[in-house]
Amino acid sequence: MDAAVESLVRVSHCRQAYHKEANTDLVVLDDVNLSLRAGEIVALLGRSGSGKSTLLRIVSGLLRPTEGEVLWRGRRLDGPADGVAMVFQSFALFPWLTVQENVELGLEARGVARAERERRAEAAIDLIGLGGFESAYPKELSGGMRQRVGLARALVVHPDLLLMDEPFSALDVLTAETLRTDLIDLWSEGKLPVKSVLMVTHNIEEAVLMCDRILVFSSNPGRVASELIVPFPHPRNRLDPAFRQMVDDIYALMTRRPKPEPRALTAEPVSPMANPLPSRVGTNLISGLLETLAGEPYHGRADLPALAGALQYEADELLPLAEALQMLQFAVTEEGDIQITETGRRFVEAETDQRKRIFGEALRMHVPLVRMIRQVLDERWNHRASAVRFREELEDHMSPDYADDTLRTVIGWGRYAELYSYDEEEEQFSLEDIA
Amino acid sequence: MTATILPSLAAARRLPNFWDAVAIVVVFGALIGGLHVAQGTLVPIDTPGATQVSLDPANLPEYAVRTTLRMFAALFASLVFTFTYGTAAAKSRRLGLVLVPVLDILQSVPILGFLTFTVVFFMRLFPGNVLGLEFAAIFAIFTSQAWNMAFSLYQSLKTVPADLAEASVSFHLTAWQRFWRLEVPFAVPGLVWNTMMSMSGGWFFVVASEAVSVGDHTWKLPGIGSYVAMALEERDIAAVLYAIAAMLVVILLYDQLLFRPLVAWSARFRFETTAASTAADPWMLRLLRRTRLLALAGETFGRTISALGGLRVSFRPRSARKLTRTASRTVDAVLLVLLGLAVAWAAWRLGSFAATELTWSDLGQTVGLGLITLLRVVVLMVLASLVWVPIGVWLGLRPVWARRAQPLAQFLAAFPANLLFPPVVLFIVHYRLDPDIWLTPLMVLGTQWYILFNVVAGAAAFPGDLREAATNFRIGGLLWWRKVIVPGIFTYYVTGAITASGGSWNAAIVAEVASWGDTKLRAHGLGAYIAAATDKGDMPRVVLGVAVMSAFVILFNRLLWHPLYAFAQRRLTLT
Repeated sequence: MDAAVESLVRVSHCRQAYHKEANTDLVVLDDVNLSLRAGEIVALLGRSGSGKSTLLRIVSGLLRPTEGEVLWRGRRLDGPADGVAMVFQSFALFPWLTVQENVELGLEARGVARAERERRAEAAIDLIGLGGFESAYPKELSGGMRQRVGLARALVVHPDLLLMDEPFSALDVLTAETLRTDLIDLWSEGKLPVKSVLMVTHNIEEAVLMCDRILVFSSNPGRVASELIVPFPHPRNRLDPAFRQMVDDIYALMTRRPKPEPRALTAEPVSPMANPLPSRVGTNLISGLLETLAGEPYHGRADLPALAGALQYEADELLPLAEALQMLQFAVTEEGDIQITETGRRFVEAETDQRKRIFGEALRMHVPLVRMIRQVLDERWNHRASAVRFREELEDHMSPDYADDTLRTVIGWGRYAELYSYDEEEEQFSLEDIA
Repeated sequence: MTATILPSLAAARRLPNFWDAVAIVVVFGALIGGLHVAQGTLVPIDTPGATQVSLDPANLPEYAVRTTLRMFAALFASLVFTFTYGTAAAKSRRLGLVLVPVLDILQSVPILGFLTFTVVFFMRLFPGNVLGLEFAAIFAIFTSQAWNMAFSLYQSLKTVPADLAEASVSFHLTAWQRFWRLEVPFAVPGLVWNTMMSMSGGWFFVVASEAVSVGDHTWKLPGIGSYVAMALEERDIAAVLYAIAAMLVVILLYDQLLFRPLVAWSARFRFETTAASTAADPWMLRLLRRTRLLALAGETFGRTISALGGLRVSFRPRSARKLTRTASRTVDAVLLVLLGLAVAWAAWRLGSFAATELTWSDLGQTVGLGLITLLRVVVLMVLASLVWVPIGVWLGLRPVWARRAQPLAQFLAAFPANLLFPPVVLFIVHYRLDPDIWLTPLMVLGTQWYILFNVVAGAAAFPGDLREAATNFRIGGLLWWRKVIVPGIFTYYVTGAITASGGSWNAAIVAEVASWGDTKLRAHGLGAYIAAATDKGDMPRVVLGVAVMSAFVILFNRLLWHPLYAFAQRRLTLT
């Protein structure tokens, strides 16, 4: 690394794991290295749950890593770092404070005198285009204006490093775009009182549009899968072929199946519980995507970024869906493209009842957890089984949130295929009403 | 409107105006009245008139002021308690382990039974002075106000939004700043609401606590409560009516002058991201904003508070905050052992105390009486629900009526039911009715309103599209009640019913025994048992009765209301 350029943060061999009752620790981040220099905008890009937000919190000092070291300006970080300010996905504005008071908060915490505080807050408010809204309360503002307050609040302390946690994902498309370009303009003109920006995002285009460097994360456990330099100067053009190509390449990177880890021969066989299932992928979405894929104009094969654009999906929404299709072998993804399989085509052409049968077969064949639940139900004399037991087993292998999502997905899929029914109140699987 | 005045203009017009004159008269009047009352509390107990009341209605204004001041003193004590106890319970994991269950029990203990003993205690603190009696009365009112306020603060502190908590850490707020900038504002709406509820609940205790008898000596602190007690003794129905009128005025005054502006003001702290439609400001708040002097005073006060909250006070150095895991475990273990010892000691003391004074048959008797009172509570809850749920639904679905009914129901809840006892007693005596049955309704007289106004709120919040859907599919009659509206309001109903049933248990101590002059009516039940033991000064039996009643209340809550509430939250909420 170039020693001449000032290094702000250096994260080395960082690991974040949650201690579990069982012997396995839950690893969220594994062996992550990151180094930030002054003068660059860096993106942490990855699917939800890849640990990128965790890394951001480690860099900010909100979270202490289980292992590894975080150096802030050459010194070991202990607690929230001075010179780091954060912008939140949910804005995190105090509803009982006015815009001005919200912006002054960080200065007040530092004990800045009142007059100085007011002067600097006004400067930040003007810079970010909030002039005239000083006495408004957050609830009077639109989402875009609220995030501007969030930005002003972070900028007013003149941080060396600005951290942004999915800052635009709670905004609508147009508002988000305006805010992005405003921010980049200020950055390019050198008006932002920060040395470097680190942002978390799951939006590939956003990362390519704004950042100088992109760290792509893989999930479960979170690792830095690859690091890309974005060579384009600002302002960038989304329609530029080189820009498009880069977006395509990142899509390909993110859909690439991870190579199976080499296992020792003595290792126990893979448990049906080992892999989390994609969350919020309902059967309607699966049918919908398959139908779209089979029909005009794709005829069975589509470019993922183009498909995402046409469906107005973000990568984060489309990728789990594509992954589910791949898992059920209704489709395969390769090099950023998705291709329907023979089974997928049969599913599209079938009637409702037959669809359920095809889906059920796919589930039994490719989703070990579903197979296991059905097996347990078949074996029990009363054909009932508590979901708590499956959840507990899942939690030995993944975080409670993942376990919950996985269980929810399995319940939804199995119900649709009429492999079993589920009683929400009792949290129980059963074979009631199953022919 | 003030909103149309530009800030610069407003600054130039900071001269006193007409409204300031009005405000000054009010403020100084209140101050002088307060001073006068305060002087009355420092006289020896045998000063003529210090512990006597007369039924002359001309005295009522003074009595009203004294009672109100007692209530606000208790409210202040409750606030102090809330901010210490509630904060400690929420902030310290170890303290919370003990404080939270203790608070839960305190909430269910009918403190009314202990009144005699607290009076003795406070009189020994200030021998021969009225101040002891005053403190005893204030303490009794305090016990009816403090618990739910502390719980409200505790719950708010525990549910501070995670992103705001994170923001305050990342912007380096100290614990002090965080408390005043984030946690207290977040807790304000709940706290204001609970303060209002507490004020209502306090009236019930005012009547019981201003006139106390220890052994064969009776003291009456000048106030509305003792005026009522006197009126009941003297069989003076006109005086009872005067007292009711005086109380109406007091309730109306503090509602208009204090609580309405407070509720309107606290709306700004409500944690919501969208701007809700807000009602017009109450007149008092408008007045406060219009008077230049008061507005200026308020602003200065607010700024001082804000500056205090902004001080960078830090209680502990940041680095010392983290103990190692093993060290922390050791502290835990030591504390647990200490706690165990304390509990064992208390159990031993209780056991030996009970063994010398009480027999197993006493326990059997109280449990038996408890079952009778339980039966009363259950029957009353069913009856009250059958009456008020349909009425509440009817009102709630008609916004105009709901708006009118809501304050009325709240007022009725504040109204101490013991004032309505005389007519009932007369009625029972006249028709020679069975007190075991006919005294019963007195228990819900004050508490049934909680069911009503919660149901009204629930029905008013029932989504319009669901109502339209029900109409569209021609769902009517019993089916509509079973499938549409009852599930829709159930969460609200349970909330109201929990409060109502808890209040009914407490009221049993007063309601199972009623008197009108020399006529004493007594029903069989745990409440009457406690009341009788209190009269005799029989401490062991008071303790036993109160303990058994607390056990009943807690079991009733744990076995019935909590599961019902959890069910309603899980299945019958729309989000």
